[in-house]
Amino acid sequence: MAASGIRIAGFGGQGVILAGMVIGNAAAIHDGKFVTMTQSFGPEARGSSCSVQLIVSGEPILYPYLTQPDILVVMSQEANARFGADLKADGLLLYEQDLIQAESLNPRTRRYGIPATRFAEELGRKLVLNMVLVGFVTALTGLASPEAVRKAIRDSVPKGTENLNLAAFEKGLAYGQALVVDACHPAA
Amino acid sequence: MLTGAHFLDGDQAACEGALAAGANFAAGYPITPSTEIVERFAVRVPTVGGIFLQMEDELASSMAVVGATWGGAKAFTVTSGPGFSLMMEHVGYAAMTETPLVLVNVQRGGPSTGLPTLPGQGDMMQARWGSHGDYEIIALCPNSPQECFDQMIEAFNLTEEYRTPVLVMMDECVGHMTEKVVIPPAEEIKVLPRRYTTLPPSEYQPFRPGPDGIPEMVKAGDGYRIHVTGLTHDEQGYPAMDWRAQHKLVSRLVRKIRDHADRIARCEEDGLEDADVVVVAYGITSRVAQRAIQMARAEGLRVGLLRPVVVWPFPERRVRELAQRVHAFVVVEMNYGQMVYEVERCAGDQARTLLVPHGGGSVHEPEEILKAIREAME
Repeated sequence: MAASGIRIAGFGGQGVILAGMVIGNAAAIHDGKFVTMTQSFGPEARGSSCSVQLIVSGEPILYPYLTQPDILVVMSQEANARFGADLKADGLLLYEQDLIQAESLNPRTRRYGIPATRFAEELGRKLVLNMVLVGFVTALTGLASPEAVRKAIRDSVPKGTENLNLAAFEKGLAYGQALVVDACHPAA
Repeated sequence: MLTGAHFLDGDQAACEGALAAGANFAAGYPITPSTEIVERFAVRVPTVGGIFLQMEDELASSMAVVGATWGGAKAFTVTSGPGFSLMMEHVGYAAMTETPLVLVNVQRGGPSTGLPTLPGQGDMMQARWGSHGDYEIIALCPNSPQECFDQMIEAFNLTEEYRTPVLVMMDECVGHMTEKVVIPPAEEIKVLPRRYTTLPPSEYQPFRPGPDGIPEMVKAGDGYRIHVTGLTHDEQGYPAMDWRAQHKLVSRLVRKIRDHADRIARCEEDGLEDADVVVVAYGITSRVAQRAIQMARAEGLRVGLLRPVVVWPFPERRVRELAQRVHAFVVVEMNYGQMVYEVERCAGDQARTLLVPHGGGSVHEPEEILKAIREAME
């Protein structure tokens, strides 16, 4: 596969880094792809904005940093303002629709929204919004297979929370898959 | 012990490498971007029986590691930036007392406190010359989390074999990037034991060298009455304040590395068979350079990579050989010119040497390197 770059951005506490860890772990360990993950380590990464970048490729990755992502996942208004313009012209934008004003999104970009935080609250714990988002990303990109992601979640989340996190993943996955079906077969 | 494939950053991988090599002691004054190595070690080492000590500063940390080694531990410390400067005193002490230890420097932008969260390669000459007096050092330079794991084991083995401090010169980019790291089963990992003496206390002299120039060790509490000092000493370990003792000891400290330099120095090479231009790069910069080489090859330029994996001792013989038949060397490093002096020295007037500098804070753009390759072809 050609190299594909994804940036996930939000604010501290949304589980941005763990979301990146799960997708990276799934693609690298369980799907056998080459993955390089980097994260912003400035003081600004603590508390306010927070982002993680992954390059997923069929070939060894030489240049470690991601400059222009193919896929941008924004989980906050601030993240959209900061990173929105970096997305490639033919890139894919995924966003937390309850936290970002629709009119602020680039209208020419292919995009899908999800109320990830609300879904997580409905599952009983707002904390798992990142796994809802991981499911959504898995449905709408070819970065990692669903089965690989399930294994990566079991590897990565705290013991005892596996089922809740997996339920959150399935919720995001199903929601994303339904959107793709709708897009292919628009209602008459 | 951890085995199998894991998604780890370079710092975590370095910690696992230390554990796999049998490290059971670390002391440190945690500093970004090296903190995660000892953060993980502090969590992991009690499960295998060992100690992490958070000390009051870098001087204490580096000296605690020296003490732990003489107490029988396999010990290391980690630091960065200003911490590396502070530890220089005890790099020299460890060289003089022939104390095996590993020191990891996760390089960040400098000088001074510089860029704590961003990469640099500005400590390469400090690694070689940072402590006062004459000594030789061994330093390795990983370019991926996998190599952070592998090279920690190699570093521990080299320090046991040559009884000189071994430096692992990471950088922030490699330390904080996350990739797949494969950890082999423990029985497949080669770990060199310490060179403990088999002589009885009545016959043992702590600084009498073996045939390869390296003395055997004992540890405190085993009944050997020994003296270990940073002063110039005789083979018994007692201070000897004259030029003969100085010459005998210090020339041996230097020779035990120089005489084995060809065995210790190690390079990775790619595409050198037909190369007109050789790009020399180490650490993360070698990966970016490799990208530039691919671009140059696509333009039909005959260019290859020479990547010192062990950077000190410098792969002098290899550079001299290549200088006989190539047009030019392009040295790419995240500083304003350090290892380039070594390349220039060895290339002499046989081949041109060009530098592609970078102040740190990010890596080079491959295009900058490509431009220098084109220039070197002229």
